[in-house]
Amino acid sequence: MPSEFFIPDPEGQVPSAEGYFGAFGGKFIPEALVAAVDEVAVEYDKAKHDPEFARELDDLLVNYTGRPSALTEVPRFAAEAGGARIFLKREDLNHTGSHKINNVLGQALLTRRMGKTRVIAETGAGQHGVATATACALFGLDCTIYMGEIDTERQALNVARMRMLGAEVVAVKSGSRTLKDAINEAFRDWVANVDHTHYLFGTVAGPHPFPAMVRDFHRVIGVETRRQLLQRAGRLPDAAIACVGGGSNAIGLFHAFIPDASVRLIGCEPAGHGVETGEHAATLTAGEPGILHGSRSYVLQDEEGQITEPYSISAGLDYPGIGPEHSYLKDTGRGEYRAVTDDAAMQALRLLSRTEGIIPAIESAHALAGCLEVGRELGEDGLIVVNLSGRGDKDMDTAARYFNLYDTDAEVAANEADTAEIEGDAK
Amino acid sequence: MSGNIQLLSDTLAGAKAEGRAALIAYLPAGFPTVDGGIEAVKAALDGGADVVEVGLPHSDPVLDGPVIQTADDIALRGGVKIAHVMRTVEEAHEATGKPILVMTYWNPIDRYGVERFTAELAAAGGAGCILPDLPVQEAALWREHAEKHRLATVFVVAPSSKDERLAQITAAGSGFVYAASLMGVTGTRESVGAQAQNLVERTRATGTGLPVCVGLGVSNAEQAAEVAGFADGVIVGSAFVKRMLDAPDDAAGVEAVRTLAGELAKGVRGAA
Repeated sequence: MPSEFFIPDPEGQVPSAEGYFGAFGGKFIPEALVAAVDEVAVEYDKAKHDPEFARELDDLLVNYTGRPSALTEVPRFAAEAGGARIFLKREDLNHTGSHKINNVLGQALLTRRMGKTRVIAETGAGQHGVATATACALFGLDCTIYMGEIDTERQALNVARMRMLGAEVVAVKSGSRTLKDAINEAFRDWVANVDHTHYLFGTVAGPHPFPAMVRDFHRVIGVETRRQLLQRAGRLPDAAIACVGGGSNAIGLFHAFIPDASVRLIGCEPAGHGVETGEHAATLTAGEPGILHGSRSYVLQDEEGQITEPYSISAGLDYPGIGPEHSYLKDTGRGEYRAVTDDAAMQALRLLSRTEGIIPAIESAHALAGCLEVGRELGEDGLIVVNLSGRGDKDMDTAARYFNLYDTDAEVAANEADTAEIEGDAK
Repeated sequence: MSGNIQLLSDTLAGAKAEGRAALIAYLPAGFPTVDGGIEAVKAALDGGADVVEVGLPHSDPVLDGPVIQTADDIALRGGVKIAHVMRTVEEAHEATGKPILVMTYWNPIDRYGVERFTAELAAAGGAGCILPDLPVQEAALWREHAEKHRLATVFVVAPSSKDERLAQITAAGSGFVYAASLMGVTGTRESVGAQAQNLVERTRATGTGLPVCVGLGVSNAEQAAEVAGFADGVIVGSAFVKRMLDAPDDAAGVEAVRTLAGELAKGVRGAA
């Protein structure tokens, strides 16, 4: 029986055998990692064609993750978006609170098949780190998570979750101290420990086969959405919208709709304080093709190929690169990418909370802000699906400060003093 | 103007004729300043290095440990540009007549333009490039331009490289082969270990005529002597940079480089 939830790309048109999506992708890695990356490619190819792998992964996706995830119509939110019908794909309801678990469980099974005993991963918002720490607890694997120091501060709840799950969390102090630097440090670890360690990469970037493999593990998002929408709305959507940092939840939603030419695929990038200010992470809007973290794709860089420091209020989108398949979708015109500011995302976060009782992650709120724009463009006849890639619990401190939700500034100060006291006690 | 690949080959052959390994030093351009970096390269050559690799500092040096990361940060904050890297190569080569290579991650060349970069490096008197994150499968465009401008293409081999890859890499490279002594990033190590010798032997077993030079982890004359016992060249980077970082001022840093080059030069002559 074919697998119901592990549904790798049946077309197999992209990437090429060398890992290229058109001009993007490839494998720009040091020689020390070539054998390990090749091993991942070979093992993934074997697993993809092994019914036992699909059976194991399906079982986990249903009975551990809780797939299929719900599709929720949001009429009160839609009333603010020009009256179009809007549905949310509820990846926030997955175990661990985001889409990240889809990929993590697949790669954790692969880690076991390769006989490796230790897993490392990068994380920005902490969602991939939490999902990885979760899978390592489930499979009995040693786990080290690299996280930029700035992100450990703004996503402190997720740091505590990872440590509760038994993972070691390393705060990375180099460079911009965010996601890009966490990936650098994870690569350094991998080069030194590759014989027993798998790098459980969290997005659709990196060297081949990661962009295609991670996409395949998330492809279930779009496959389910397409089926659910046809049942509920009786037709395909006019637009499928998702936020893009590295691009994993977006490619997961988009991929099953690529052959449906009538469905616009819209990725929402973080514009931070505004693309014109230079303080943003809108890679496809403002970047140029280059090489970062093992593949060719759009990159935020200067004229001499130095990577420029990105900025976003969202730790999960604060990245100067993008998965190569998104660059391919942009250049072929199949994908559309627009930039959403911090402020627009935060307003959308509050709007969904107050109209529908769903608090989204700040990352996902970028897609919701894009949805408000697209809804107004489409008008009442429009039908839109948005990937609600994660839940917002981890972002409550950022949101509370942004919207002044604490009773007084004095109270904020008191909370900080309490925290300091607790930390002091621990020493 | 042609690049100096022949000078590089002659220099390595000359060391072999003397019955010793060559000493290859790595120093980042622009560290601690552009002029200070040039003085450091000249001091390394004056102190006894046969060849210098000038590092092109990068914002994301994923193959480097904390010492070279720190130097790269200082150089980039000081505003180092590719033009300064070229000036470093040119002045060091003019002053000493010795072969100078550039070591760089691939993205700066990709962005700058392969033809422009190779033409400028050849014009500066450079001998070639070491490209640690450009695998041989992605290197066709680079090799075409490097050959045109008479620049060496030095590929890295690692202990994890399978024999068939060693054969592909040695066939595609020129100048010498850079054998990474261990699995890891740059930085000094207590010991270099037996896997370095094994890798050198496996690399030579491909039948390559290229010299095989060993880098990563070598920091003192004893280690240099040990590696010189089985390799054609000994590459030292972080140990030089660390001495500069630890020096009380820039002038003392340059002298520390000269002193270490002298110690290591004795080491590669088996006189540690």
